[in-house]
Amino acid sequence: MSGQAVNASLSRAFFALVRRDILLAFRRRTELLFPVIFLMVVVSLFPLGIGPGPQLLARIAPGVIWIAALLATVISLDALFRSDFEDGTLEQFVISGHPLTLIALAKILSHWLVAGLPIVLLSPLLALWMNLPGESLGVMILTLAIGTPILSLIGSIGVGLTISLKRGGQLLSLLVFPLYVPILIIATAAVMAASDSLPYTQFLGLLTAGLITSVTLAPFAAAAALKISLS
Amino acid sequence: MSHTPFIIGAYSIGAIVLLWCAFAPLLRKKSITRDIRRLVQVEERSRDTNT
Amino acid sequence: MNVETAKTNKPRKNAFVMFIHKMGSPPWFYNFTGKFIPWFWAIFIVLTVWGLYLGLVKAPADYLQGESFRILYIHVPAAWMSLLIYISMAIMAFIALVWRIRIVEILAMTSAPIGAAFTIVTLAAGSLWGRPTWGTYWVWDARLTSELVLLFIYLGIIGLYNAIDEPRKAARAACLLALVGAVNLPIIHYSVKWWNTLHQGSSISLMGGSSIDTSMLWPLLIMAVATKFYYGANLLTRARVKLLEQDIRKAWVREVLKEKNG
Repeated sequence: MSGQAVNASLSRAFFALVRRDILLAFRRRTELLFPVIFLMVVVSLFPLGIGPGPQLLARIAPGVIWIAALLATVISLDALFRSDFEDGTLEQFVISGHPLTLIALAKILSHWLVAGLPIVLLSPLLALWMNLPGESLGVMILTLAIGTPILSLIGSIGVGLTISLKRGGQLLSLLVFPLYVPILIIATAAVMAASDSLPYTQFLGLLTAGLITSVTLAPFAAAAALKISLS
Repeated sequence: MSHTPFIIGAYSIGAIVLLWCAFAPLLRKKSITRDIRRLVQVEERSRDTNT
Repeated sequence: MNVETAKTNKPRKNAFVMFIHKMGSPPWFYNFTGKFIPWFWAIFIVLTVWGLYLGLVKAPADYLQGESFRILYIHVPAAWMSLLIYISMAIMAFIALVWRIRIVEILAMTSAPIGAAFTIVTLAAGSLWGRPTWGTYWVWDARLTSELVLLFIYLGIIGLYNAIDEPRKAARAACLLALVGAVNLPIIHYSVKWWNTLHQGSSISLMGGSSIDTSMLWPLLIMAVATKFYYGANLLTRARVKLLEQDIRKAWVREVLKEKNG
């Protein structure tokens, strides 16, 4: 087979995998909604716990929405490889000879489309609840759009490592939250800068750099983790 | 404010944590050697009953 | 493949390579390192007593901070060790993942609890130092915050290692996590540092403008060397116990224990 043909078959396999995962996710539509509902519930707890003062809420809005997004991502992460691991599909993938890195990347992409993208789409409502100033709403959406894929990418490494455990969920959160610290810091800083009408593009640049780095590195680490877990 | 209690506190926490960290493997070793001795005894007994 | 490379390397096999090969054999490692541990402990104790005598008794009180700066002699060496042990663990984790040497896997994994212990000491001493200096036990100071995240990463590695039943798989998974953490730690450190200046948190460092006098520097250096011997002794002790635990049904373990008893 020529190199081009191999590339074509790889990309076909990649998109077939993404399509399959999204179809599977849409078969279980209520499960699909859990992270979104979770996100809404968590954010709505903050005004109840802190008080409805609009200024205070506006001040903490970026942090609250981002932390809720981290939590929602982590609870949805376990599903990333779980069903494929349990029914043996993952081992079939390995045997099929397709590079595991590519498979991991496909699974991560479909995880983001199913669990990350809804967070981005829901963020205007959350921003409204938290009284986030209108001018920083666009930046909030942008940081979530760039940042949530990083969460899925880094998270996939943790999932790969804990997949062989029956109850890996709590351990998974211990593994990935420390790694999420820089993203939380940079993303909330960008939104806060926008709220204070300060320049924020440098933060978006940093986030994008983080996205590029994690796209190039995380799938390899996730594949290595899966290989260890499958051994 | 006297600083002495804070100095004593810092050093005693350091001492406790590092001592515990040093002695934990020794306690573990004790229980492992006990396990091994029991294992050897069980094997010998089963060998005796077999012969 | 390994056999082949070993063959081609045969004429060049020197004493160092032989040493590496021998270290890979559990009984040899067990007996060889056993000879060093008492010496490491002895050096550690002598240096600690000397360093603490110089630091707590001999050195004059700091003119800015008074007596409380004496916490430096435990806080700073512990902070250095918490990072150094992580670096050493990450290097061993890399070696363990690439060459799959069991002893190195064990050494990397037994480093984690020691590193976590030093991180806890750093945090506790830093927070007790903070009370007289800042007036509160905890400030979200950049260094303390980074140490806290470092502690979480250590705990994650220890947790993952203990959660997986099969020891070698557990070690390989936790080694990979240690490497992922090693890539992330500089990013975490700089982002936390920058976050601290951004929010105008307390940028007062604990050293607070005091220049270090040589009478203060010597005990610090001695303590820094002493903690390295503590790490060495503790690491080897833990690795030997781990070997016994994993090889509990192997013949060499029984021979080693019989020799000791008889």
